[in-house]
Amino acid sequence: MIHSLFLVNATGDIFLEKHWKSVVSRSVCDYFFEAQERATEPENIPPVIPTPHHYLISVLRHRIYFVAVIQSEVPPLFVIEFLHRVVDTFQDYFGVCTEAAIKDNVVVVYELLEEMLDNGFPLATESNILKELIKPPTILRTVVNTITGSTNVGEQLPTGQLSVVPWRRTGVKYTNNEAYFDVVEEIDAIIDKSGSTITAEIQGVIDACVKLTGMPDLTLSFMNPRLLDDVSFHPCVRFKRWEAERILSFIPPDGNFRLLSYHVSSQNLVAIPVYVKHNITFREGSSQGRFDLTLGPKQTMGKAVESVLVSSQLPRGVLNTSLNPSQGTYTFDPVTKLLSWDVGKINPQKLPSLKGTMSLQAGASKPDENPTINIQFKIQQLAISGLKVNRLDMYGEKYKPFKGIKYMTKAGKFQVRT
Amino acid sequence: VFGMSANSLAYSEQSGAEAAVELGQETTPTSSAGGAAFGLFSTDFKKNEDLKEMLESTKESLKLEAMKRVVGLIARGKNASELFPAVVKNVASKNIELKKLVYVYLVRYAEEQQDLALLSISTFQRALKDPNQLIRASALRVLSSIRVPIIVPIMMLAIKEAATDLSPYVRKTAAHAIQKLYSLDPDQKEHLVEVIEKLLKDKSTLVAGSVVMAFEEVCPERIDLIHKNYRKLCNLLMDVEEWGQVVIINMLTRYARTQFVSPWRQDGVFEENSEKAFYDSDEEKKEGAAQTKPYVMDPDHRLLLRNTKPLLQSRNTAVVMSVAQLYWHLAPKHEVSVVTKSLVRLLRSHREVQYVVLQNIATMSIQRKGMFEPFMKSFYVRSTDATHIKTLKLEILTNLANEANISTILREFQTYVKSQDKAFAAATIQAIGRCATNISEITDACLNGLVLLLSNRDETVVAESVVVIKKLLQTQPSQHSDIIKHMAKLFDNITVRRRFIERSPSILWLIGEYCEHVPRIAPDVLRKMAKTFTSEEDIVKLQTVNLAAKLYLTNSKQTKLLTQYILNLGKYDQNYDIRDRTRFIRQLIVPNEKSGALSKYARRILLAPKPAPVLQSAFKDRDRFQLGTLSHTLNSKATGYLELSDWPDVAPDQSVRNVEVVEAVRINTRSDCYYKSESEEKSESSEDSVKSSSQSEKSSDSGTDKKKKKTLKNKKLQQGKKAGKDGYRPQSPALARCFTRLHIHVVHCFCLSRLFPVQVSSPVFVPVRPHELLHRMTGKGLAAQYHFPRQPCIYGDHMVSVQLTFNNHGDHALEDIHISEKTSTGQSIHCFRPIERLEPEASVTVSVGVDFNDSTQAASFQLCSKTERFSVSIQPAVGELLLPVTMTEQDFSREQGKLVGMNESSATITMAPETVSSQPVSKKVVSVANVGVVPSGQDNVHRFAAKLVSSGTLVLVCVVQKDSSAQLTVNTERTVVGSMLLRELQTALSSAP
Repeated sequence: MIHSLFLVNATGDIFLEKHWKSVVSRSVCDYFFEAQERATEPENIPPVIPTPHHYLISVLRHRIYFVAVIQSEVPPLFVIEFLHRVVDTFQDYFGVCTEAAIKDNVVVVYELLEEMLDNGFPLATESNILKELIKPPTILRTVVNTITGSTNVGEQLPTGQLSVVPWRRTGVKYTNNEAYFDVVEEIDAIIDKSGSTITAEIQGVIDACVKLTGMPDLTLSFMNPRLLDDVSFHPCVRFKRWEAERILSFIPPDGNFRLLSYHVSSQNLVAIPVYVKHNITFREGSSQGRFDLTLGPKQTMGKAVESVLVSSQLPRGVLNTSLNPSQGTYTFDPVTKLLSWDVGKINPQKLPSLKGTMSLQAGASKPDENPTINIQFKIQQLAISGLKVNRLDMYGEKYKPFKGIKYMTKAGKFQVRT
Repeated sequence: VFGMSANSLAYSEQSGAEAAVELGQETTPTSSAGGAAFGLFSTDFKKNEDLKEMLESTKESLKLEAMKRVVGLIARGKNASELFPAVVKNVASKNIELKKLVYVYLVRYAEEQQDLALLSISTFQRALKDPNQLIRASALRVLSSIRVPIIVPIMMLAIKEAATDLSPYVRKTAAHAIQKLYSLDPDQKEHLVEVIEKLLKDKSTLVAGSVVMAFEEVCPERIDLIHKNYRKLCNLLMDVEEWGQVVIINMLTRYARTQFVSPWRQDGVFEENSEKAFYDSDEEKKEGAAQTKPYVMDPDHRLLLRNTKPLLQSRNTAVVMSVAQLYWHLAPKHEVSVVTKSLVRLLRSHREVQYVVLQNIATMSIQRKGMFEPFMKSFYVRSTDATHIKTLKLEILTNLANEANISTILREFQTYVKSQDKAFAAATIQAIGRCATNISEITDACLNGLVLLLSNRDETVVAESVVVIKKLLQTQPSQHSDIIKHMAKLFDNITVRRRFIERSPSILWLIGEYCEHVPRIAPDVLRKMAKTFTSEEDIVKLQTVNLAAKLYLTNSKQTKLLTQYILNLGKYDQNYDIRDRTRFIRQLIVPNEKSGALSKYARRILLAPKPAPVLQSAFKDRDRFQLGTLSHTLNSKATGYLELSDWPDVAPDQSVRNVEVVEAVRINTRSDCYYKSESEEKSESSEDSVKSSSQSEKSSDSGTDKKKKKTLKNKKLQQGKKAGKDGYRPQSPALARCFTRLHIHVVHCFCLSRLFPVQVSSPVFVPVRPHELLHRMTGKGLAAQYHFPRQPCIYGDHMVSVQLTFNNHGDHALEDIHISEKTSTGQSIHCFRPIERLEPEASVTVSVGVDFNDSTQAASFQLCSKTERFSVSIQPAVGELLLPVTMTEQDFSREQGKLVGMNESSATITMAPETVSSQPVSKKVVSVANVGVVPSGQDNVHRFAAKLVSSGTLVLVCVVQKDSSAQLTVNTERTVVGSMLLRELQTALSSAP
């Protein structure tokens, strides 16, 4: 399956290579570099590139290309999914997944890659199994290891490998038993010029942080499970139970994990929590353009819209901008033509606005299209779909855990066409 | 160097020194070119010197430090092969991290340093026998990764051994090793297939994915190996790890296409093997006979579809995609749409995932518009999408367009045309063109829209529009003269024209082709072109010559001179293509004495009606590849692509998948097949299991009476179950028990066949250890003792049999000794028949059965004689709540593997020196607990198996001796029982005999 892996940074240097079968010369990456040159944006490199003898499948995360070398037919998603899992694991281990972090921990990276694949086929990808085999590096542990000479590498087969609950470690102990669940919903929307919604949908996830002793068995039920149209589960969730009763029943992994992702049925009307009033005009023959943008809240159920960030890719003809934000700060990069305005919180009494002029290239004709405006925001304590957790119960252990549930709504791919 | 896999195999086969040299050549230049100047390289070399010293030092920490740096070198692609001798010495290190790093090094360089690599082999051979399964497995992993042809026989041996290892983890590693050995030496195929066959029978979910992977790589053509394992694989699927699921699903897709008949043959009339098939009435059957053999889906086909469906909810996108392709290729047409939602969900995932999923949706949406039409808006393009994502979404939107939604789609396309990404805008124009040809109602509207685009400032957009207009006009030219007029008018502005024509000479072609529709404008265009002819691009010149020729033929009066002028210019052009063309045209159209017969046909040659170009999707022919594959993504056959065969016309023998049920005595010891837990036993799914059990019976019958037979069989089976309930076959109480209590499970077992047989065995003989029930002082002469005979209780299979011995120490006979009432503590008890009379000094033994509910709570009851009543209680030792079972070592470790975590309790004990030899250990264990000895291959490991009498839960005991200490492990789902048993055993084993 996966023959080799090359890690390539933004400038096109291979800074790590690992082979699971015979060594493949790194010159195979030349085909990748060719594609990289052709692509106008880093994202435009095709994920699958055929070469005379191999196939390159790559993912781009944190400005690092993870290029897998394949020799024969394999489902491309298999490789892509695995590469993303590798990135997630690095992030889990080192906190960040940057070139520097990988280079600093090259031994752990190598040990991890060795465990994750055998002969190119995934062997252990569950985080808790890996953590039993190779302990994540911490400063304290490094110090202790140098003094005592002990190692980061486990000597026993992790219990998870053989159990029916491979995602959970055994012998978990905490003094404070806590379980936190974050219901996070994202609104994807395209709003047209006139402010009407072209498409809007809600995608949600429930991320959990569970620190419970022993082998707890949890059930989570919703007030309105019918809202969830399409769901995907962490393997720990008992599917039959969900099918029959719409209850999430599971033995949780230890630590952070994504319990559930869902899609809210498209029949429901999506409440759009912000509106944008815009007036962006270019006049033919004039070297000036007007830019006028005002944001306001709507349908927020009384909650504040926070961390608002507006960004827009202005047309190529724009040389510079001279804008005046009523609050927050704005920047414009004359090279990439990217305008971004960090608004902060929207105050319904005094709506934030960004007004001013854009200077255009003299003599150039007026751009065809007005820029699209991307908006990010957060609303705390609100799940915009109205999803509510009914109760969380624990079985199998005797102590009383502390339980917490948090709701949040965020903008996903939220675009306003102007 | 090597293209096809066969070649690459040959390559590694002869590998040897040649490969080493080649690899060396490959790596050195790149590593020095990778930024390291020669000076740096030489410091590297010096560093390597000190690494060598460190590796040869006696200090563990120095060695480790050195190895870490070596691994750093390997990771950066630097050559560290000269350290091989120094590194390989550390292969047997005690430090596990050091050892692992040495393994990494060894696997990387063994191919280059074959002779030295051989030095390490014996270490691995030793490690293959290590009691620690992780060490065994990693030894096998490394051994099989060393690509040195000499050790092929050793690898083969190791694989065969590991394939029968007790640890499923080791067996999994063996499955991986099969592929490695195969790529090293394809001649071993025959032997490897044997191992694969064996491993395919493995019931561990851990092994399933890996062995199917090996199957796909080594012998995908041996579809016959799958038959017997088909149902097992279908049923295991849910519990297999996600990567294995992908591989298994893909393999089963291929399998199903060879074994079942097409469910698509009669799309209209669809009948399926559902409940109806079981409970059908006679008249319905007649109806069926009247029709031409309705399609009935093979139950195995249905099983596959049913068992994969829940996996659409997987978090792993590869799993979801593989289920989607399975449904696409195997499910009846009307069922395929269940995958839609999940595929649309994947579009929320990473960019690369979107790319692959969109490609597959593009192919699907050509054939099945309806599947994705409700989700049309999910394919709307966002300005932040990558270009290839945008183009794919556009493709899908175009495929989905129909009369009803076209206006929405066109409105959306209008936005895209204005996009700053001009390549995308051009693609949109193409898409509009396709919509216009597909839906005739909107052709006019589209054309008008495209004409408007001609005044766009961007050349790419204009050029693309002309091309699309041209194609559209070709399909229906007559009524569009005004459009051509409009286009020709654009020529008035000289700068626009220049720009315009350079980008799209096809407008000239268009005017030439339809010059009859625009008789006034065409000559004018030619006039304008003649003026600037010499300064035009070559391609424009060619088109101008063409235009002139066509006009000459249709309207020679107005254009004769112009044409001649142009032909003259062309005659002396610098480009020979143009000179050629001019010469040819002149001969063709201008009649002179030399021109032969051809000029008569000039009109027919130049003005022949041209077939309209077909505007169709780029994904049109992609469906020749299996969805979700690399080949599909690339739209060309990838190395190792396995064709999906066509459905067979007649289904091959179904009975090949039947698995013989060896014996009925099977008890589900693992009711927690994770997903299939509680609800599985409920009515709805019990029906399912009955269904599938009837499948497993031989059902080669065909035609209309099939259903009837099935119903009959069903009944028979139920009768069988009833018989079991009534205590049918009394010689085996265990059998009766498992029928009554777990009949659903038993039925389940037939098809699951993942459960191994547990048979109650006869207990090991131990001396009777009596306990006091009633002392003669309190009993006023009556003394009673009890002991546990360790036999299965004849009164009830949940009961522990207890023997009571009564002694009359008094001086008068006791009459009517009996148990007066049921226990006060809730246990059910089967009393003995009252003893009518017990003479002084006489004794009598009776047996009772007590259901202790697997707890050590004492059973209290009243023992009565004619005159007295005494409160007594039987206190069971935890070891007496068990019944010994027999199982093989393999079954034992499999079951033990499932009972880990909180189900496992263990302790280390110091053994009394006398107990060190084997015999006393098992003696001591059986004296404490009623367990059966599991034959063990190792001298220092003792295994015992038993089950709890009441619940049938399995209890496994394992004692591993090491010198004077021993590791004691108890595995059972009943943790309380486990820990109590552990404590008892601990005391028993650590005391002197």
